[in-house]
Amino acid sequence: MAVDLSPIDEGLLAEIANIHGMPKGAFNIRKDGQLVERHSSANIEIATKTDNPGIDITIAPGTKGETVFIPVIVTQSGLKDVVYNTFHIGDDCDVTIIAGCGIHNSSHQASEHDGIHTFYLGKNSRVKYVEKHYGEGEGTGERILNPVTNVVLGENSYCEMEMVQLRGVTSTVRDTNAELQAGAKLVLIEKLLTHDSQKATSNMKVELKGDDSSVQVISRSVAQDDSYQVFNPLVIGEAKCRGHVQCDAIIMGNAKVKAIPGIEAASEDAQLIHEAAIGKIAGDQIVKLMTLGLTEEEAEKEILDDFLN
Amino acid sequence: MLELKNLVFEVPVAEGSKETKRIIDNLSLTIDDDKFTVITGPNGGGKSTLAKLIMGIETPTGGQIIFNGTDITDLSIPERAKLGIGYGFQQPARFKGMKVKKLLEIAAGRRLPMFACNEYLSKVGLCSAGWLTREVDKSLSGGEVKRIEIATMLARDPKLAIYDEPEAGIDLWSFDRLTETFRDIHEARGGRSIVIISHQERIIQLADDIVLLANGQVEKVGIPDELLPELGFTAKGACALTEPTELHLTEIPTTC
Repeated sequence: MAVDLSPIDEGLLAEIANIHGMPKGAFNIRKDGQLVERHSSANIEIATKTDNPGIDITIAPGTKGETVFIPVIVTQSGLKDVVYNTFHIGDDCDVTIIAGCGIHNSSHQASEHDGIHTFYLGKNSRVKYVEKHYGEGEGTGERILNPVTNVVLGENSYCEMEMVQLRGVTSTVRDTNAELQAGAKLVLIEKLLTHDSQKATSNMKVELKGDDSSVQVISRSVAQDDSYQVFNPLVIGEAKCRGHVQCDAIIMGNAKVKAIPGIEAASEDAQLIHEAAIGKIAGDQIVKLMTLGLTEEEAEKEILDDFLN
Repeated sequence: MLELKNLVFEVPVAEGSKETKRIIDNLSLTIDDDKFTVITGPNGGGKSTLAKLIMGIETPTGGQIIFNGTDITDLSIPERAKLGIGYGFQQPARFKGMKVKKLLEIAAGRRLPMFACNEYLSKVGLCSAGWLTREVDKSLSGGEVKRIEIATMLARDPKLAIYDEPEAGIDLWSFDRLTETFRDIHEARGGRSIVIISHQERIIQLADDIVLLANGQVEKVGIPDELLPELGFTAKGACALTEPTELHLTEIPTTC
């Protein structure tokens, strides 16, 4: 092991990847730009990139039921960690990938992690990808996460991506790009909570290139205090395809939310729908929960938890 | 026992106006334990407002509300809920992301095993276990959300349950089931009180006591035999809509 894990590190790992100690199977744990520990499995090989910082994860065709963990933690202030992780997923796989980044910053200097993740899904493969971002620490230094996620879905493949950022990240610009071939399906779920004066921007570009490809984008966000969020998802249909974009935001305090869901059709057989809604917590929701014995604060928390769950 | 003493609720006639209108006008009423009371009366008579005043959703401008000897006039909604008052909304709220099971657990104030949830739901005609993982959001029909609302009341099991027009928004078949549900609630009340605001004859018929409310005042209190003939339901059977149509019967199972 190159680096020991402190209780803070372990807390961050539990928060972002729900792992306690070293996980089983294939994993790669990175801390402050350094490898902590890596383990490949019989079907999943993790190798250091030779051109950029980062790793190549190669999943053998036909791999089923395995999980890969690649969490990153940053506890060093003043650090800007950029990492390129590329997943090559063979045909006919069914795997889960758990990523995420936790920052603990107790200083006045900024900490930044920019993870550039690229996925190539083979034919008929199924992937569930979960990415959690989280920040903590008593310092005034900014906690910055700018992830880029690129996914190329091969024929008849299926990918569900759940990207979650619930608290603590001062600034984020998320870029998600997807390209779908024939019969491929992508479900993109983004959950975001910003507070204080945090800023979050989410850009998505999904290109439906093959016939019978489909995408469902579900964005749920809560903007509290003085925070500011911008959603900019764009779905482009270039074939006989289906796309649905749904952005729902709850706005509180002096927060601002801007949602610009976009759809672009370049085929007469493309069926694309977008919907966006921004609003405060409805008074009747709070009152209903209060009649069940919750205080106003408890009711509000319950409503937000369920909305983002 | 619930005692309403000289209850008054006034609202401005228009926004910003000093002139007020009395919605509840010096109303006094006692609702005994173990009683199934139906409050009925013309639209605009103050029925829903009265229910909201009892739950604490509205605050009276005068008078007192006493529940089991405690003056609850100034208590908040959750304080009243904890004392054992429950409220079934006429138009229940919907919650994005909240599962039916979660709502039932919040109502019960504890984690509930699956079978208990299924039992509450089957009592309101929602028989499939699949309901527990459904979200209480806009994907539910008006009738479904209403049934879930009643199921949350069953899970909460309050000492005093107030239902504000439970039949509103419910289709004819569901209404038949709803009547049975209230008959069951009535039989299993075990000392608890049920107050239902309703215009429906078949619900009014279930009542131990009927309270006729008009112009914010109690006009009459009596048992069904006495009051029903005065309530204008004399044309019983003349209206075709009192029976469910074949269409409804074939669409929805009638037994659980």
